[in-house]
Amino acid sequence: MSYNADSRGYYGEFGGAFIPEMLYPNCEELRQNYVQVMQEDSFKKEFQQLLKDYVGRPTPLYFAERLSNKYNTKIYLKREDLCHTGAHKVNNTIGQILMAKRLGKNRIIAETGAGQHGVATATVCALMGIECVVYMGEIDIQRQAPNVARMKMLGAEVRPAKSGSRTLKDATNEAIRDWINNPVDTHYIIGSVVGPHPYPDMVARFQSVISEEIKWQLKEKEGKENPDYVVACVGGGSNAAGAYYHFLDNPDVGIIAVEAAGKGIDSGESAATSALGKVGIIHGSKTLLMQTADGQITEPYSISAGLDYPGVGPMHAHLFKSGRGEFISITDADAMQAGLELSKLEGIIPAIESSHAFAILETRKFEADDVVIINLSGRGDKDLNTYIDYFKL
Amino acid sequence: MTNRISQKLQEDKKLLSIYFTAGYPSLSDTVNVIEGLEKNGVDMIEIGLPFSDPLADGPTIQESSTKALKNGMTTEVLFDQLKDIRKTVSIPLIIMGYFNPMLQYGVEAFCQKCQEIGIDGLIIPDLPVDVYNEEYKTIFEEHGLVNVFLITPQTSDERIRFIDSVSSGFIYMVSSASVTGAKSGFGDEQTHYFDRIAAMKLKNPQIVGFGISNNETFTAATEKAKGAIIGSAFIKHLTAFGADKFDNFVNNIR
Repeated sequence: MSYNADSRGYYGEFGGAFIPEMLYPNCEELRQNYVQVMQEDSFKKEFQQLLKDYVGRPTPLYFAERLSNKYNTKIYLKREDLCHTGAHKVNNTIGQILMAKRLGKNRIIAETGAGQHGVATATVCALMGIECVVYMGEIDIQRQAPNVARMKMLGAEVRPAKSGSRTLKDATNEAIRDWINNPVDTHYIIGSVVGPHPYPDMVARFQSVISEEIKWQLKEKEGKENPDYVVACVGGGSNAAGAYYHFLDNPDVGIIAVEAAGKGIDSGESAATSALGKVGIIHGSKTLLMQTADGQITEPYSISAGLDYPGVGPMHAHLFKSGRGEFISITDADAMQAGLELSKLEGIIPAIESSHAFAILETRKFEADDVVIINLSGRGDKDLNTYIDYFKL
Repeated sequence: MTNRISQKLQEDKKLLSIYFTAGYPSLSDTVNVIEGLEKNGVDMIEIGLPFSDPLADGPTIQESSTKALKNGMTTEVLFDQLKDIRKTVSIPLIIMGYFNPMLQYGVEAFCQKCQEIGIDGLIIPDLPVDVYNEEYKTIFEEHGLVNVFLITPQTSDERIRFIDSVSSGFIYMVSSASVTGAKSGFGDEQTHYFDRIAAMKLKNPQIVGFGISNNETFTAATEKAKGAIIGSAFIKHLTAFGADKFDNFVNNIR
């Protein structure tokens, strides 16, 4: 069984492109070109150069000794939090802005929830001198003022999504509508491994630099390329897709996906899509999503704005359904404690998204000689207010 | 039995088709709106099954969908409201909605229910023609349902030919690259597009939608095409005047 997308963008039964005809030319242009463009030497060279000089790659693979001692196993952190702009998101936006340039686009649109992908998109648009419009839910704009300001400083226009629940899913709807209205000159930079084919596959390929580096870095440190486990948090799932990518077809590497349980799976306020979702269509992709019995998409909840997406990328839906991935959900409370613990034990304040991945260490036991890689997808600066409020700091 | 849509398409006149969102402005308005439109001479009706995330729609239809859902509209409720509709209404009825609610109901069960009620066709903007062709065409045909596909000014000739070959009622010509309710009026691009499609001499007649709101745009859209669909403009009328006064709206169109 393959865990990557087939030529039609399916991961098992999940994926595809369930899009209105108005979007067909846009997606088709991308589908016909993305693999070929990514394989061009000039593209690879420019992409790798920017990842090195601008993003700061390779990011370290850090042996977390004190954390390892506490949990009696060998834990390495993949330091995506050290990327420019503070998270792995920029790997994808660099790739897609170069793709957009190759396709002759002169206008970029993006959706954002907490603002991290919006900032990463605004950043690369500033870098390339390309017009940038970021759609953000009206409610998120109020909650994430510093990121709104960052996007504005970077020259992007932030447009409020006022429809529906006025959060990430609606920002995504608005971005898609913009793309329908501007099919020729505009490229839509989706921020995760979601949306219609070829987005999940394209974004996973751009993020796959994470696991590519893990392989050679682990070889240097442990004398072997393959860890026993790779752990990552999953909202839409782009950091996880990148961290798993080069290990997907190796059954010796355990894949652990950590979802946000919010206030608890059965609380009605959760974002644990694998536990609560059913097969359906969201944003052009057939995947697992949280919905009513009647097929209306529901609003998820997590303390972490980056994890409260009602769906999950089709790659992850397939990893779940096939049993290739082990899915664990973590509550707000446990994630916050894990974030505090990492700060105190290792001197690293993680993004709350990433904190979810660390929280499994309390319950999911590993052998003493297991090599466990935890993808530290982002840093906690953006979440300081949430930490302050939560811990009364 | 010949499908009502096919019969209607053979009539020697330009067809006026109206879209509205089921359960809007009030939950119980669905049947009133359908009966009222037929009384006022409308040729065909698209009944919108509301969805939480209608990607292809602009703010007017999205807001009406949000309201309809708040009013309590569901797939079950709609089918229940429509169960006796064929006792009073004889023009073609089409359900227009996004694929996810149909998927959750079960595509076969959905089609079965449509057949029982006397629904003639479906328009599902986010069910791509290739997926329909491979997975669902047989089910639709077994239940006597016409599935209507969209084309846009950006759709290639080759793809239009393919869509024409899979279609069995009419082709929904989206007048411009836009979501619903985004533009009004037509420019050179539309005229060129209307001419181009007419010259292709497709086997299925075409009905134009998006951007039609009055007599002028209706006349322009139907110069070459068989008919036109009005959606957002009618929703605005419902919002302003409620669900029982349609004569002034319909009479202003043609």
